[in-house]
Amino acid sequence: MQPTSANFIANARDAIADDNLQLAIARVGENFGAKRQQAVDKLPEFDALCGRAVEIKDDVLAHLDYYLEVYERAVTASGGHVHWCATVEEACETVLRLCRSVDAKTVTKGKSMIGEEMEINPYLERHGIEPIETDLGEYIIQLAGEPPSHIIAPAVHKTKEQVTDLFHEHHRKFGKTERLTEGEDLVAEARELLRGKYLAADVGITGANFLIAETGSSIIVTNEGNGDLTQMLPKMHIVLASLEKVVPTLEDAATLLRLLARSASGQEMSSYTTLSTGPRRADDPDGPGEYHVVLLDNGRSELLGGEFQDILRCIRCGACYNHCPVYTSVGGHAYGWVYGGPMGAVLTPALIGLAEARHLPSATPFCGRCEEVCPMQIPLPKMMRHWREQSFQRRLTPGRERLAVALWAWFARRPALYHLGARFAIGWLFRRARGRGHMRKVPFMRGWTLTRDLPAPEGGTFQQQWRRRKRA
Amino acid sequence: MPETAPNVGLLVTCLVDLFRPSVGFAAVKLLEDAGCRVEAPRAQTCCGQPAYNSGDKRDAKALARNVIDAFADFDYVVVPSGSCAGMVRKHYPALLADDAKYADKARDLAARTHELMAFLVDVRGVEKSDARYEGTVAYHDSCSSLRELGVHDQPRRLLRTVAGLNLVEVPDGEVCCGFGGIFALKYGDISGEIVRKKADAIESTGADTVCAADLGCLLNIAGRLQREGSGIKVRHVAEILAGMTELPPIAEGRR
Repeated sequence: MQPTSANFIANARDAIADDNLQLAIARVGENFGAKRQQAVDKLPEFDALCGRAVEIKDDVLAHLDYYLEVYERAVTASGGHVHWCATVEEACETVLRLCRSVDAKTVTKGKSMIGEEMEINPYLERHGIEPIETDLGEYIIQLAGEPPSHIIAPAVHKTKEQVTDLFHEHHRKFGKTERLTEGEDLVAEARELLRGKYLAADVGITGANFLIAETGSSIIVTNEGNGDLTQMLPKMHIVLASLEKVVPTLEDAATLLRLLARSASGQEMSSYTTLSTGPRRADDPDGPGEYHVVLLDNGRSELLGGEFQDILRCIRCGACYNHCPVYTSVGGHAYGWVYGGPMGAVLTPALIGLAEARHLPSATPFCGRCEEVCPMQIPLPKMMRHWREQSFQRRLTPGRERLAVALWAWFARRPALYHLGARFAIGWLFRRARGRGHMRKVPFMRGWTLTRDLPAPEGGTFQQQWRRRKRA
Repeated sequence: MPETAPNVGLLVTCLVDLFRPSVGFAAVKLLEDAGCRVEAPRAQTCCGQPAYNSGDKRDAKALARNVIDAFADFDYVVVPSGSCAGMVRKHYPALLADDAKYADKARDLAARTHELMAFLVDVRGVEKSDARYEGTVAYHDSCSSLRELGVHDQPRRLLRTVAGLNLVEVPDGEVCCGFGGIFALKYGDISGEIVRKKADAIESTGADTVCAADLGCLLNIAGRLQREGSGIKVRHVAEILAGMTELPPIAEGRR
């Protein structure tokens, strides 16, 4: 998707004014937050598991080349193929070539954020192949023509009424004219329509939560079982995965899985955890005839060894989204690209450039909750600060902001001058308030006074009064 | 055995210096009542967070060195703000880790520096307040106090000993108020939306007063409550604990 991250401020303003969006995302904190806490409280070894998980991923990132090669050998041994793709363009071309090799007309898709990075749906459509999303949330937003707004709950920004409208509008052509308003009925109708698609699809594309080096397996977790039908029924299964998804062993994946669902939705396990290893074997009752893994880098390898490496530990649970006061106020689309929330604020500048995405790591109050709930202990605020420092150094931060900080710092480094200046500034503000205690408008502070008053200063600085008191 | 009174340097914080000097004097009273000798060195200005959070590392380092020099001679440095205390305790050592002259000094200062509530209870063993405050009071945890410094119980323990005071908890109390310093100015819409929800949560408690240990949060919350026309009074926790509540609450005019 064409990024709109540079317009973050305007995007956020629109999002805050969007009543439907606000109604929908109010559920995020209420649902996911409380459930995660309950799940964590019920697992005494949660913190220890987190520590172990961090070790696993740090080891992977320190030896990524090795594990990926082991993984590739295992995939090959099981009859599958790994396609190494440095860029999104390569990855798209690879998928298209594979689809054409089986003369694909329609493709069913499980949820994949790498697919979003690749913009694989519009790409396939442009080349005459129809992609059909099978995850209910993804299906809803495909109808709406929108990208996902949350990594585990892609349609979380939609209210039930909006889904009713979408189904009513788009399902008419399948003879479904009744306007459904109950959740169960909506799900049943989507399921019925999707069943036919699964059977007709030539290729099934899924993402991967983990790639297992020792066995060459890919793992997906879903709550709907849609991934299983997507990958089992068609002739070909294509896995879209970024390279940091690899873990050494099934045992390691099990450790991470214990954290993933708990952190994501508060479940102990997702309803379905599906392992795929190669294509259908001679004595398998079903399965795809071909198994391909499109392994995407898209700039990640450049993060290795640098100050942003830790973001590659991310297992995409979305806990940081659910606990972020910014995300829960503006939703995912405001971030302007595939990823949102705190992990997006760190990863997006690395993948699409800081010039486009500089607002994302800046637009946070540094409340620290993301780091607190991250099962992979990723120091998200610290990395957001690194981006701010780069933004300042590379002069991407606007000149007036840098000037304001520099001017203030110039005074703050000269205590005598600073205290004199402070007296004048605060005296001016005090007189402006005229004893009312607060001001509705203050020059240069529109950002503040838009939604709240500025409390008036008490009058006189502490330093002034302290000196007076000491003289007395 | 009369212990010698420790020398405490008060890191006033720029916001207290500018907007609410009474908080500084309330802190001085609490510290003196806890047996400390207090000085507020004039060489201090700001801990440097506005520069640090803007990505201006050079100025942040310069300001950190200024604070380190200003507070070199105190047994303790006490800060009536979780975020400024967190800056000194958590961030100075990292910020100056490569500075040959200041790396050790930064670690030394970090070890001597305490947030006011934590200092009173954990270091000085203060168990009660002699103050009286008639009202139902909600205590707001600042993110830095809560998550960077682990301060949670200390202010509550002291507030419960204030005569006439009924302490209540704010639902979703661990959620940020949306202040974030420069964030509140640069991203006013988002910050405003976050504090709107915080104000709603505070109002839902039925409290007549909300207090916190960070003036940044308090200016934000008071500004929002005032804009809504809410009658809830906003004060720094030090004002209440020191019994220094003659001054009108934050954002309210003189009557």
